[in-house]
Amino acid sequence: MVRFIFRRLLQVIPVFLGTTLLVYYMVFALPGDPIAALFGERQPPQSVIDALRAQYNLDQPFWVQYGLFLKNLFTFNLGVDFTQQPIAAALARAFPVTAMLAIEALIIQAVFGIAFGVFAGLKKGKLFDSTVLVVSLLVIAVPTFVLGFVFQLVFGVQLGWAKPTVGANADWGNLILPAVVLGLVSFAYVLRLTRASVSENMNADYVRTATAKGLSRPRVVIAHILRNSLIPVVTYLGANLGGLMGGAIVTEGIFNVPGVGNKLFQAIQRSEGPTIVAIVSVLVLVFVITNLLVDLLYAWLDPRIRYDQ
Amino acid sequence: MTSANIRIDEATAPVRPILEIKDLAITFKTGSGEVKAVKNAHLTIMPGETVAIVGESGSGKSTTALAAIGLLPNNGRVSGGQILLDGEDIAHAPEKRMIELRGSHIGMVPQDPMSNLNPVWKIGYQVRETLKANGRPDGPEDVARVLAEAGLPDAARRAKQYPHEFSGGMRQRALIAIGLSCQPKLLIADEPTSALDVTVQRRILDHLDKMTTELGTSVLLITHDLGLAAERADKVIVMYQGNVVEAGPSLELLRNPQHPYTRRLVESAPSLASRRIQVAKEQGVEAEDLLAPVAVAKQRSTDEILQIKNLRKIYKLRQGLGQASDFAAVDDVSFTVKRGTTTAIVGESGSGKSTVAKMVLQLEKPTEGQIVFDGVDTAGLKGKELFKFRRRVQPIFQDPYGSLDPMYNIFRTIEEPLRVHKIGNAASREKKVRELLDQVALPQSMMQRYPNELSGGQRQRIAIARALALDPEVIICDEAVSALDVLVQAQVLNLLADLQDNLGLTYLFITHDLAVVRQIADHVCVMEKGKLVETGSTDGVFDNPREAYTQALLDAIPGGSLLLPPAVA
Repeated sequence: MVRFIFRRLLQVIPVFLGTTLLVYYMVFALPGDPIAALFGERQPPQSVIDALRAQYNLDQPFWVQYGLFLKNLFTFNLGVDFTQQPIAAALARAFPVTAMLAIEALIIQAVFGIAFGVFAGLKKGKLFDSTVLVVSLLVIAVPTFVLGFVFQLVFGVQLGWAKPTVGANADWGNLILPAVVLGLVSFAYVLRLTRASVSENMNADYVRTATAKGLSRPRVVIAHILRNSLIPVVTYLGANLGGLMGGAIVTEGIFNVPGVGNKLFQAIQRSEGPTIVAIVSVLVLVFVITNLLVDLLYAWLDPRIRYDQ
Repeated sequence: MTSANIRIDEATAPVRPILEIKDLAITFKTGSGEVKAVKNAHLTIMPGETVAIVGESGSGKSTTALAAIGLLPNNGRVSGGQILLDGEDIAHAPEKRMIELRGSHIGMVPQDPMSNLNPVWKIGYQVRETLKANGRPDGPEDVARVLAEAGLPDAARRAKQYPHEFSGGMRQRALIAIGLSCQPKLLIADEPTSALDVTVQRRILDHLDKMTTELGTSVLLITHDLGLAAERADKVIVMYQGNVVEAGPSLELLRNPQHPYTRRLVESAPSLASRRIQVAKEQGVEAEDLLAPVAVAKQRSTDEILQIKNLRKIYKLRQGLGQASDFAAVDDVSFTVKRGTTTAIVGESGSGKSTVAKMVLQLEKPTEGQIVFDGVDTAGLKGKELFKFRRRVQPIFQDPYGSLDPMYNIFRTIEEPLRVHKIGNAASREKKVRELLDQVALPQSMMQRYPNELSGGQRQRIAIARALALDPEVIICDEAVSALDVLVQAQVLNLLADLQDNLGLTYLFITHDLAVVRQIADHVCVMEKGKLVETGSTDGVFDNPREAYTQALLDAIPGGSLLLPPAVA
């Protein structure tokens, strides 16, 4: 197991170099001059432009720029963004907010998705199942920005159940509305996946054998149907957590959440290479680690999977 | 103390049957209305007695047994009659009562040991929850005791393993342990060993016999194998299309079958007493001498079409940190196959017989040794030559459900090899497909149908037609009839024999079933653990087996020891 984890962590190196290089190059290749864009209509003196170019290494060829970026990264110096704010500090503010939002959304989709999915799967073809299916289809079909605005209006403004926008002081309570919106789409997928998996496993031979042993129905469902059905669901949830950590640009935008999605969107608008690549670097790490955790959880759920061989 | 009391009760009170099924009818709700799966089933099992229900798939035998333990599928229900367990009618008992009865009063040993243990729980856990649910002591020592009683060696350690770390036989022992763990009065054994090798089957059935005799458990044995039923049961009940057509003491029923269906079942039961299906051989020899008007038969010669020389296949098994050990799946195997004959390779699972077949089919590369086909070493075949070789050697696989593409209709399935090998045009290919369907005795109207609309036997005929499409010289049958019911099996074996006679085909028959070997093969190769332990003519090997292993395989054929009346044998 230790060997497996070590090997997986080693994989971070090529993945990290590859993604940062690609993203750095794409920002580099963007048309337009980010420094000129900073000043808008005004024409700053050439000396100021040159100084800024030198500060952000924009006067260097691509490979030198990328090399300098890597060097800075490994000395934990992410530099400053175009507003002269330290990037590291900005990320340190944004990531916890997004992490909170992602975890809250994940819990919502996992708890409700699995619970509804299990009941729908056990009662396949019955009224509850059909209702749940139609509702989940509806949720999948409605785009996030529509759902976001509707929730904001109904629950935030009209009913006043939660704060319509999050703003600067994000906490678990404030984030509930965007978390629900973010979780809903994946909730529908988790539900459908659980339902399909449960209704398939329900007819498995070992479930019949478990019943023949004299076990009560709840025990059969929990020990023999649920655990086996969770294997594909866990994989999906894990992949989803990685995606959620990348920040939800639309949802964070609607609810004014000062998270990674917002930060990334601003940086892209300004062609702020250093910020974009810094965020991507952290995300790569997050992705690799969540995937590793999923794999470990997977092996725990299904003992047939062994990574050491 | 309690057992003494029971004995006194038995002595005084008239003995009551443990299970009595009266006029049982079971209906299933399907898309096209209600279907009666069981119309009229009745049986009686006395305490300590073993009763077998015999019938082909779809006869309602398993459904009857499942009804007795209240495990009918959701769309099925008991629509008539009674199921009396120890005097109590449980045909419509509430689920709560059935949960009380299951495990402690009625145990079950299911059919397929591979799919009946939950892969994510340790064996010990699965035994323990049975004990716990039925209020028995469930400590680790109790779990180990239960497993050890079912004949699992080193039970305390084995209990900590997962099902995938067990062999099929060990899993079935674990399932027997679970079924008998709470000393039920009735055990339902649904084809308990049909997925296992013959020798393992014998050991497990012997052990099951011993345990149920010691515990005084009554057994309801469900099987498609008449020989096995007769050997193991006191009474045999024959079911056909949802009805009990005949019932009686085992040997009597076997020696003197009354109902036409039972008679057919007895006749087609492959057993030791049967001989090679004679048509092919006799007519084949004559055809050669008389220059019969069959074109292919004229060309028939007896050259050695396949020569296997010192064949070896080594697999590397990884063991922990970068270490690997060699595992010889096939070890120094040599034999030859004469054109127009049938050679059978027999052995248990893991004996390497299927690996030999895969290497002959060029689906696996041998580690060492030669496979010479029609004078050419197949090791050198590449690209076009290999493609041509594939045309001449065709496989038929075991599972007729898995080996046909469900998205292809029958015409497309049979036509595909012709298209791949660019033979003929659309019209001539269709003509060929029609001919092939005739050859395998299926109606031409079947061309537009899909595999899921066909029965297992029909599917296997389609698989044979597909294999024949390219006019191959050699057909490799990997357990080609193992998944079929006896009657269907007999039909398919007859078909194969006829085709051999008409087309001069050479068969390499891979099977674990010695009774089938006797019916189809001219030569037998017995394999054990990768090595060829005995070869010879079928009659020679069967009448005078030289090796103890061959003898053990022969002894394990169910019903082999029973004497059949001469008219049937």
